[in-house]
Amino acid sequence: MSLARRIIPCLDTDGSRVVKGVNFVGLRDAGDPAALASRYNAEGADELVVLDIAASRDRRPTFLETIRRVAAELAIPLTAGGGIRSLDDARSVIRAGADKITINTAAVERPELIRELSGEFGAQAVVVAIDAKLESESATPRWDVRIRGGRESAHLDALAWAQRAVELGAGEILLTSMDRDGTQSGFDVALTHAISTSVTVPVIASGGAKSPQHFAEIFSAGAADAALAASIFHDNVQSIRALKQFLASQSIEVRLPC
Amino acid sequence: MTSAAPIALIDYGAGNVPSVERALQKLGATCKRVTRPSELADARAVILPGVGHYAAIIRALDENHLRGALLDAITRGIPFLGICLGLQALYSASEEAATFAGLSLFPGSVHSLPASVKLPHMGWNRLRIQRNSQLLAGLGESDYFYFAHTYAASSASEEVVATCEHGATFSAVLEHNNIFATQFHPEKSGAAGARLLHNFVSLAA
Repeated sequence: MSLARRIIPCLDTDGSRVVKGVNFVGLRDAGDPAALASRYNAEGADELVVLDIAASRDRRPTFLETIRRVAAELAIPLTAGGGIRSLDDARSVIRAGADKITINTAAVERPELIRELSGEFGAQAVVVAIDAKLESESATPRWDVRIRGGRESAHLDALAWAQRAVELGAGEILLTSMDRDGTQSGFDVALTHAISTSVTVPVIASGGAKSPQHFAEIFSAGAADAALAASIFHDNVQSIRALKQFLASQSIEVRLPC
Repeated sequence: MTSAAPIALIDYGAGNVPSVERALQKLGATCKRVTRPSELADARAVILPGVGHYAAIIRALDENHLRGALLDAITRGIPFLGICLGLQALYSASEEAATFAGLSLFPGSVHSLPASVKLPHMGWNRLRIQRNSQLLAGLGESDYFYFAHTYAASSASEEVVATCEHGATFSAVLEHNNIFATQFHPEKSGAAGARLLHNFVSLAA
């Protein structure tokens, strides 16, 4: 197989600045989105995700301007999300320069939104984000879907919801482990493997990354098609270039930057 | 590069028009978005970008009466570049929207990649080069390009200069006289994609 595994940095923004913090608590400024985008584009990132974690209506124009500024720096695909609840919301984000849109709570509340977006922009432009939390440690683990930034249960089984999202037209699943997010203890291999081997679309693993070994593990044992991380890249804890060189040395196919 | 007329970029609302425009501008090429047939009359080159559903590109070409003008421009011999759906539209039909007639510049139709692999074929992949081509000058089998598609054209035709593999071998780059096309998105393919666009712009000079 020669389709490369993807490394995707994620910029969580308050609309205009990149912010950091665990579970929306203790947010601190981590830089200018366009400057980080430019750096990641040059370092060999395969795609970029930019999220508006505040997603308030009055700050919408600010976020669209951020998308425009970020897109101008990139020669790689851009996914944008946060606060997309309608076709019109999605249109404005795509017109601002995003190639794909990501939706989370809005899709749980109204699954038909997935079908509408996929019909309008194509499945390849629709990334359904799922925040999953382990519910029981029984013989067959089950993950609950969390919404509103992880604060509420959607009372949905993550595996069933992922399959339903794909049926409705999702072209990709962005899967975040709420158990691992912010812990830097590694991606959730069991969760990612369970979902990735049960859906027909690519799965992006998220939550818990720190070391290059974590990435190697999520690609080999976790069957992830792509892996996403934020703070380890922003803080220069991990350079994308060095990460990819490590993965290549582990016989994992990646696009090495020139 | 000095260039009189700009490169015509057919704008029917496809999501990747601004990215293609930006990529060309970074190369120093002038381009203009074209929405009406008359605007194609004096173009020195034309690009048909596309992303999404096959029906959308065909419907847009017909509703804006661009089909005839585009075919005239290609017949006139000016360089043409189709991107993603812009490649698929060159064939007679697509399994994705069977009732929509393609441009039929090449025989055959576009089919889904097999369900034995994850679809869409999404991400960076490499080419298998079949023969020398102007579009791929300076590029090789170690370069990665960004793909985002489910349907693809057969690799078995003579216009195919490079193939790619995802569950099946399919056509990744076409080159036939003044007609060029890529299944991947050069405007999203980093330095390799920029080189390919540079090659096209040079042909259009």
